[in-house]
Amino acid sequence: MPDHDRASSQAPGRSSCRSCWLAAPGLLWMGLFFLAPLGLVFAISFASRGTYGGIVWEFTAANYLDLLHPLYGKILGQSLWYASLTTAICFVLGFPLAYVIARSPARWQPVLLLLVMLPFWTNFLVRTYAWMILLRQDGLANRFLMGLGVVDAPLELLYTPTAVVIGLVYSYLPFMVLPLYVAVERLDPLLVEAAWDLYASRWSVFTRVVVPLTMPGIVGGCVLVFIPSIGAFITPDLLGGARSMMIGNLIQHEYLVVRDWPLGSAVSFVLMAIVMAAVVLYYRHADRTAEALEGR
Amino acid sequence: MRRGWAGLSVVSILVMVFLYGPILVLVLYSFNAAHLSMAWRGTTLKWYAALLHDDALLAATANSLLIALVSTFGAMCLGGLLALGMEQMPHRRQRMIEGGLVLPLVIPEVMMGVALMLFFVMLKLPLGILTVMLGHIVFNVPLVTIMIRTRLRKLDPALREAAADLGADSWQVFRYVTLPLLRPAIWGAVLVAFTVSLDDFLVTFFTAGPGATTLPLKVYSMIKSGVTPEINALSALLLLISMACVALSLHVQRREV
Repeated sequence: MPDHDRASSQAPGRSSCRSCWLAAPGLLWMGLFFLAPLGLVFAISFASRGTYGGIVWEFTAANYLDLLHPLYGKILGQSLWYASLTTAICFVLGFPLAYVIARSPARWQPVLLLLVMLPFWTNFLVRTYAWMILLRQDGLANRFLMGLGVVDAPLELLYTPTAVVIGLVYSYLPFMVLPLYVAVERLDPLLVEAAWDLYASRWSVFTRVVVPLTMPGIVGGCVLVFIPSIGAFITPDLLGGARSMMIGNLIQHEYLVVRDWPLGSAVSFVLMAIVMAAVVLYYRHADRTAEALEGR
Repeated sequence: MRRGWAGLSVVSILVMVFLYGPILVLVLYSFNAAHLSMAWRGTTLKWYAALLHDDALLAATANSLLIALVSTFGAMCLGGLLALGMEQMPHRRQRMIEGGLVLPLVIPEVMMGVALMLFFVMLKLPLGILTVMLGHIVFNVPLVTIMIRTRLRKLDPALREAAADLGADSWQVFRYVTLPLLRPAIWGAVLVAFTVSLDDFLVTFFTAGPGATTLPLKVYSMIKSGVTPEINALSALLLLISMACVALSLHVQRREV
């Protein structure tokens, strides 16, 4: 019966789907090396720390309560602040670029998008290192500022929060441009023309026509920039100093330096909760947009 | 002339300069003869030559290539089969698996790194090149699955049905119809998985242990011990390799679409 496979595949209720077994090795792998390790981290976040850095399996919520300590609170707070600031700056820089690309001649659009994405596909360490060269005490940024006569002595730029935010914006700007481009591309230019013709000011064209109509792209871009920014490790590690630590550095510090695995695991799950909240926000919004479009 | 266009264009050009300026400066300074200062002291290739005589660096490159090859092969097998297997499942289960596959791509890489490290330590598996390979397969499987699935869904089902109607059994349909049509996506996925593995720092950082230094780990430790012209040269080479991989990936995927 050569038709057996096709017949069963077209009746999804029946369980005799022979090719479905092909999925098993991949799913097993992800279960074993992705879900199980995550579950382990979750379990350890409720365990206690042994005297020499090991784990004692006694249930406690102390690790999460420890995070309320002002020191950890400060790191959490400044991570949220850097990530939010990065998202805002990416929006301000990314929107004009996305708009210009979406309104360029059609054959130029893929090329311009590729130009925006290309830096993202290069090595992350290298991209961050490039900013270390620029922001060093005798780096080009300081030479430029001194040459212009803006400052007399070189500024401390590297190893500051400013450097961290510059690095984050640089790394994740492409994530903002892509969804914004898709949204602007779908925006009917006649609606913008109409607003101009009705004597809307530049600001109200933007806030009352462009922004509401490109909202899915704005939310998408913001979430896509915020998620990697809040979980950043390399950028604050290389460009930041001891006082501009972010959650990612705290996790690494607790695991590899202090060797307090339960506390490190608790921090990891707080980070994961923040990321998941952003993901849920994104899907909620996507659903609402879909509903609104269907309702039309 | 569209209103506000000039202002938007100027900002866009500045943003493009912001995106490419740092990379260009980095490449430019890899040819600078001066050792420590940013002042220009003439063009040289000596920093590139120095890289060739750095044995630790060459060993790290070999490790990176081996890890990328093995993890790409592993992820292609697991992810490719997963994509094919998912196709016949009920839609609800497909969506569930898809949602699960996005998870490794959105959770912070730091977290994936520490989770894998803890897991391997608990299993008493010594950290080394093997654990790095296992870890790289984990983040490459979702990438491969998603890329192949995207292509599978674009295929015209009539082609496979026609083959089946002409008497091909399910293996023949796969071998002579589906597989050739998937070829661009397969090569695209190979290149993406290879590049991502080659560039990965965080998962490697946590799962490598002292023995298995890869190229990004080596670059990291060089950067940490101070800015030198050799790093500029190495960085320029890495930029070139990444861009070549992207170009190649786009090229193979564009064909036959």
